[in-house]
Amino acid sequence: MHSASGAGFNRFTFPDLKTVLAKASPLRSGDLLAGLAAETDEERVAARYALADIPLKRFLSEALVPYERDEVTRLIMDSHDYTAFMAVSSLTVGDFRNWLLSDDATPAALKALAPGLTPEMVAAVSKLMRNQDLIAVARKCRVVTSFRNTIGLEGHLGVRLQPNHPTDDPAGVAASILDGLMHGAGDAVIGINPATDSPDAMIELLKLIDDVRDRLQIPTQSCVLSHVTTAIEAMNRNAPVDLVFQSIAGTQAANDSFGINLAILAEAQQAALSLNRGTVGTDVMYFETGQGAALSADAHEGLDQQTVETRAYAVARAFSPLLVNTVVGFIGPEYLFDGKQITRAGLEDHFCAKLLGVPMGVDVCYTNHAEADQDDMDNLLTLLGVAGTNFVIGVPGADDIMLNYQSTSFHDAMYLRSALNLQPAPEFAQWLRKMEIFDQSGRTRPKLDSSLTQDLLAWSGAA
Amino acid sequence: MVGGCVMSLSDNPNVPRLDPWSRLRVHTSARIGLGRVGDGLPTSQLLEFQMAHARARDSVHMPFDAPAVATSLMSLKLPVITVQSAAANRSEFLQRPDYGRKLAPQSEADLVNAANSADANPSFDVVFILADGLSARAVHENGADMLRQTIACLGDDWSIGPLVLAHQARVALGDEIATRLKAKISVVLIGERPGLSSADSLGAYLTFAPKPGCSNAQRNCISNIRPAGFPVGDAAHKLVYLMNEARKNSISGVKLKDNFTARNLVETMRALPK
Repeated sequence: MHSASGAGFNRFTFPDLKTVLAKASPLRSGDLLAGLAAETDEERVAARYALADIPLKRFLSEALVPYERDEVTRLIMDSHDYTAFMAVSSLTVGDFRNWLLSDDATPAALKALAPGLTPEMVAAVSKLMRNQDLIAVARKCRVVTSFRNTIGLEGHLGVRLQPNHPTDDPAGVAASILDGLMHGAGDAVIGINPATDSPDAMIELLKLIDDVRDRLQIPTQSCVLSHVTTAIEAMNRNAPVDLVFQSIAGTQAANDSFGINLAILAEAQQAALSLNRGTVGTDVMYFETGQGAALSADAHEGLDQQTVETRAYAVARAFSPLLVNTVVGFIGPEYLFDGKQITRAGLEDHFCAKLLGVPMGVDVCYTNHAEADQDDMDNLLTLLGVAGTNFVIGVPGADDIMLNYQSTSFHDAMYLRSALNLQPAPEFAQWLRKMEIFDQSGRTRPKLDSSLTQDLLAWSGAA
Repeated sequence: MVGGCVMSLSDNPNVPRLDPWSRLRVHTSARIGLGRVGDGLPTSQLLEFQMAHARARDSVHMPFDAPAVATSLMSLKLPVITVQSAAANRSEFLQRPDYGRKLAPQSEADLVNAANSADANPSFDVVFILADGLSARAVHENGADMLRQTIACLGDDWSIGPLVLAHQARVALGDEIATRLKAKISVVLIGERPGLSSADSLGAYLTFAPKPGCSNAQRNCISNIRPAGFPVGDAAHKLVYLMNEARKNSISGVKLKDNFTARNLVETMRALPK
């Protein structure tokens, strides 16, 4: 039993840890839908008082989802590094917030602490933080990964080039790849969501990207975001798989609804590693997450959507991914109603992942039935740039014609790099200069008359 | 450069303006080759995007004009029942999908009455439901046409229940409706979540033995029904194929293999009543 200790509101009591966490969470429609949200604003803040008093150690002795029947809980508990945790083991959640913002929490200290933190501790402290706190602390956490280039360095911003097409038409995909490269996008990955999830479709698209990557010696990686089992089959057929993709969630039941478990992810990681295609590093996994995924599968185990989302990052970090991103506004207004809720969730997801040592990027996005527009996306994009997101998504004109949602555009990424003086991955930036897509001052001003550009145009036209 | 000048790709005025995009744009409706001003979007493109978004949002919030749809379907001579989900308004509908899957009490009573009064024909092979879903525009523009063409292709041996027009409805509301009307198959024609360039996209969901609690794995779906997507005529033929297969094999969903091909299309056309 937890109660708020402040004068005048002792009447609020919370039966267990998961209730305190849920009621302390900033208001969002998904928690209302699940019947977990605080009834009043006063109860929400009372829950935060109660949460602030809870020792971090409590999260190690009280599993929110039973250890016996959830492999994500077992992963979290069994991989916890108590030695790393010692730095903050005497703190309450409230003290932990103070420490994170203090000068003692240097980038090096935060990096050393990451294996000592559990998702629940991180979710808990995020609920006591304002947006500026989430940004200020995330800025101090750098998580650097590599495959054919280096992602996540300070002062850098990657872009996933997302050239989706409703029928996977090769010429249509190629046209969007060309458009993205001409805008300096594609260092994080050239990653296609296929319209059809089959090994044949996946292999055809992989060959398409691999062809242009190889022909122009682009220092980046490709990915076709099929189901992990499709990728395993494609690798068995010797397809050129750089990164293995999978959507993941924070409970065993939710992952089960995705048709995956930890063993399948491990098998896929080993298969991709055995191909030995990375030139700079060996991070071969790409994961997507998003608040509301567990609830929509009716597999949230009574947890609020932000806490269960954070547990997905424990799954991610077990497989040293190159890239992870939350698809923050994709799921719809029943989980995140408007621009304010999407913005908050995007900052929470980025902060929580970075604190746990996960290389987080964000698909800043919304659907047409959410109360959001391009101005909301501009705001979140800018905030995440300040917060040091590893990468964002680039879709032609922000309009994904296959998935029917609005993400960020190639132009948006150019704006962000320019406004905050952020560079693409160093290896990719060098290539952009060589291709004369970047000018001498590093601005995206492609020269169309260079022979390399003409070659690219010819490739795209022939695809 | 002159302020406000829109560059297609190169800022160098000495380079001839090459426009490879016109060639490439034929391959995709993606917004490629938009040009730029500095790092930003030219005004014309900015406004075009805003108009597309405005239309998509208007489609979501547009009230469902059930009387107009009913009038346009009078030639089918089907009884029409208008129902309401448990979602009281659009805002509640968007935030509580569970309400959109349940009937309002009055609508439930209306359906039970309709089923009881149809005592000469106590069960139907199929009930068609036109539902606003996330785009009333899709139903307004493509719903009646889709229904007319589907019924035109359907054999004479199909007994068709009353036409149901559903407000604030999710797909699963069809299970509630078909159960009350004792229909063997439900077909829900519903407005899909609008994309930026597809505000008029209709979906068709077929369920055999519909009852509350059916999962999506028990349904067959035809998506993106609209003039610029999957044209109504083709979609209607595919739906009729699926309906015949579902009735013949007493299944729907993932177990009903979708082997609809051009050959099936020809056969379906041949089977059309003369």
